[in-house]
Amino acid sequence: MIIGIPKEILPNENRVAITPGVATKLLKLGYDIQIEKSAGEAANFTDDQYEQLGVKIISNPNQLWETSDIIVKINISTNDENKKIKDDQTLISLFSPSQNKEQLNSLARDNINVIAMDAVPRISRAQKLDTLSSMANIAGSRAVIEASHCFSRFFGGQITAAGKIPPAKVLVIGAGVAGLSAIGTASSLGAIVRAFDTRKDVKDQVESLNAEFLTVDIDEDGSGTGGYAKTMSKEYIKAEYELFEKQCKEIDIIITTALVPGKPAPKLITKKMIELMRPGSVIVDLAAEQGGNCELTEKNKKIEVNGISIIGYTDLPSRLPTQASQLYATNMLHLFDDMTPQKNGKLVFNMDDQVVRAMTIIREGKIIWPPPETKKENNVANKNMVNKEALSKKELIKPKKSNTMIGFLLSMLALIGLGSVAPASFMAHFTVFVLACFVGYMVVWNVTSALHTPLMSVTNAVSSIIIIGALIQISSDNLILTIMASLAIFITSINIFGGFAVTKRMLDMFKK
Amino acid sequence: MEINLELAKALYIGATILFILTLGGLSNQESARKGNMYGMFGMSIAIIATLLGPHVTNNFFLIFTLMAFGGLIGIYLAKKVQMTQMPELVAILHSLVGIAAVLVGYVNFLDTSIEYQGVEKVIHEIEIYVGIFIGAITFSGSVVAFGKLSGRMSGNPLMLPARHWLNLILISVICIYGYIFVITENVPDALTPLIIMTVLSLIFGVHLIMAIGGADMPVAVSMLNSYSGWAASVTGFMLGNDLLIVVGALVGSSGAILSYIMCRAMNRSFISVIAGGFGTDSSSGNMTSSEDQGEVSPIEADDVCELLMSSKKVMIIPGYGMAVAQAQHTVNEIVKVLQSKKINVSFAIHPVAGRMPGHMNVLLAEAKVPYDIVFEMDEINEDFPGVDTSIIIGANDIVNPSALEDPNSPIAGMPVLECWKGKTSIVLKRSMATGYAGVQNPLFFKDNTRMLFGDAKASMDAVLSAIQSS
Repeated sequence: MIIGIPKEILPNENRVAITPGVATKLLKLGYDIQIEKSAGEAANFTDDQYEQLGVKIISNPNQLWETSDIIVKINISTNDENKKIKDDQTLISLFSPSQNKEQLNSLARDNINVIAMDAVPRISRAQKLDTLSSMANIAGSRAVIEASHCFSRFFGGQITAAGKIPPAKVLVIGAGVAGLSAIGTASSLGAIVRAFDTRKDVKDQVESLNAEFLTVDIDEDGSGTGGYAKTMSKEYIKAEYELFEKQCKEIDIIITTALVPGKPAPKLITKKMIELMRPGSVIVDLAAEQGGNCELTEKNKKIEVNGISIIGYTDLPSRLPTQASQLYATNMLHLFDDMTPQKNGKLVFNMDDQVVRAMTIIREGKIIWPPPETKKENNVANKNMVNKEALSKKELIKPKKSNTMIGFLLSMLALIGLGSVAPASFMAHFTVFVLACFVGYMVVWNVTSALHTPLMSVTNAVSSIIIIGALIQISSDNLILTIMASLAIFITSINIFGGFAVTKRMLDMFKK
Repeated sequence: MEINLELAKALYIGATILFILTLGGLSNQESARKGNMYGMFGMSIAIIATLLGPHVTNNFFLIFTLMAFGGLIGIYLAKKVQMTQMPELVAILHSLVGIAAVLVGYVNFLDTSIEYQGVEKVIHEIEIYVGIFIGAITFSGSVVAFGKLSGRMSGNPLMLPARHWLNLILISVICIYGYIFVITENVPDALTPLIIMTVLSLIFGVHLIMAIGGADMPVAVSMLNSYSGWAASVTGFMLGNDLLIVVGALVGSSGAILSYIMCRAMNRSFISVIAGGFGTDSSSGNMTSSEDQGEVSPIEADDVCELLMSSKKVMIIPGYGMAVAQAQHTVNEIVKVLQSKKINVSFAIHPVAGRMPGHMNVLLAEAKVPYDIVFEMDEINEDFPGVDTSIIIGANDIVNPSALEDPNSPIAGMPVLECWKGKTSIVLKRSMATGYAGVQNPLFFKDNTRMLFGDAKASMDAVLSAIQSS
């Protein structure tokens, strides 16, 4: 089948859906690839790079749409583009089906298939396909860079001959993929980073990136389904506002990433809070696409209010086009890899595969979105159950302990039994034996585990002390006995010399 | 020059103390070399005292010739052996102690120059019988262990039907013949039950070790080590010689402790290892845990190199696969390069990694890995959350998280190296086959695990050349 990659036509879009690196691997999967002329240019991938791999360059976009079996894009197709899609073609791109009902309906015809790269189910197996995470990662990192661009001071603190420079204080609201990425970037620039999230289980992740996790006094966990947050109670939001107001007085840079799926972004930074901030401070609102976390955010714009910059760009991933294209293309490759089981360049829709089922929003001209909930939810629930069960049982799985009391009593009884019948000479030897066992026990526990092999070889040599027995016997008058004793001497000699020599050889190897 | 019995005994005491110091010396690497010297010294004193003592009256030339020949063979073996073959060497040396105990036992029995009466006679005969019994088991068991370890025999456990009953019957028959042996008065008649018992004991030893599988070999080898000590000890009782009793007891308890440590490291009882057959009684558990686990993520040597270069702390977990592939030298080269780039590298050794207690340590020492970066499990398991990259070379069950998480797993409760708590784990493996325990390893399916497929040596060579050129 032929994969076609049109040039992205959205203004300010610099990314390309397939990079030359991924194209090589797609060719190996058996696909033919054609790309619109200069589609990769803005992301620093030249037509030459594609052409050398055997990718066909097509200058007429209409021809590209016409002749491709599979169209691979980043942004959702425009109405003009939609009109070009015809029989049996498959379109793969970001889609946000819940917000783009019209486009969805317009493509439900002519056996068209549509795969939405943003409908990846939140299960671990599908993480490699998750373009939203890949892009959020870039957006979070870039948000810090954009902020530093507007911010008029250093991020990291310094003490110089010209005086002390305090480090910038950054507050990240929402510690999802983007938030964590922003935290990492900001703290690596040397800023003091604080983070807030309604979901308590991200605390460890935040702290692992050297940021401080802020909390409110109300005990309420905001974990919703699929790893997203849910809407919080009124009391909680009030406490949250109080916290932010307090923080705004000292924070230099705020990066907000809070989203609740299927709803407009929660308003977290009010006008009043912005008035509390120092001039020169910066707010980067990564939720601008969904209306913004900040009351004053204007989508796709940078504005200044009372000397405070508020950035509402929604094209942050596209501002790192090479990186973003690489990640997007790799996610795409994983999708093709999964959907091409025969590696023969044929796209297979396995509707029993939960991931493929969820991502396919239109199949053979019929809308099959949203996917049936049951299986997915059950799986997540089951997984949690199993984990919890395993954890509680983990306590139970402990190394076994033997009952020492019984053993002690039994051996005492055995000793009494033995003592009542055995003659004196035997008891004398037996005393020596038992004491030697204890000495051995005490001494051997001190042997370091690294030397267990030398211990075995040296004890081997030592146990050949049995040669003494053979030596005593060799002077017998009986020839047969002498021969047997000789044999024993011979054998144990091998052991004595061999055992000590190999132990020495090993011990000499242990060097600091 | 000749010395009397009392002086010989006094010298024996000196030898005994030297032997205790030998074992005591192994508590750390510096004192170990001295300890080994003590051992040689003690052995020389014991032999010289015996030679000069009243028992040895002639055949001195014969003794020297035999010892010289035996010694040469022993030293030759010690020089020639590869470090990866140490388990085999130790096993075959054990068998020699066993056969020597059998020979000494027979000679003592056939030697009619010393007469015992009443209870003493009974005890003496029991000592002979037990001595030969243990010696024979040690001998045949060690030979089988040698065969398995050297690959001359299949490493799989031999599962005869009703094998527990077979063992029980053998033991009972041996006991019955023991009774017949003790009540029989004259020597030629008593020889028959003794010989029958010896044959049965040999069979018993073979069957015992045949039922033990490859990964349980550390237990089997240390158990045989223990037996060889007990054999010497019983021989000491038989001869009324305290030196043999003490030394045998030292070795016996040493081997027993090693077996115990190995068993504890697998969270299994000694009995269940000896009875053989891993996980046969929990096959249902196997089924559930091998269900759909997701997919593994393969990785190439170049990417491994990149990962290593960007790490601050690297942990290497070697297993038997490293010994088989002889990859330890390459691993050491990699360690050197990483260290020169200021990357912190450590080794984590699980007690049952390899086929013999301490096997991995010896291999790493051979490759000249400094021993102060080699740590045992208990010392280092807490450190994994701070590890950037763990490399698991030819190990499987010792890094299996289901030992802690899945109570149905056949290896449940076994302490394991918790490498999955680090950032990334790279697993070197020939294929996706299960480990010795036959349990699927969920580690391979974790998001932060990458599989580097292929022979461990070849993979490590590729990684080495990648990091050398970067």
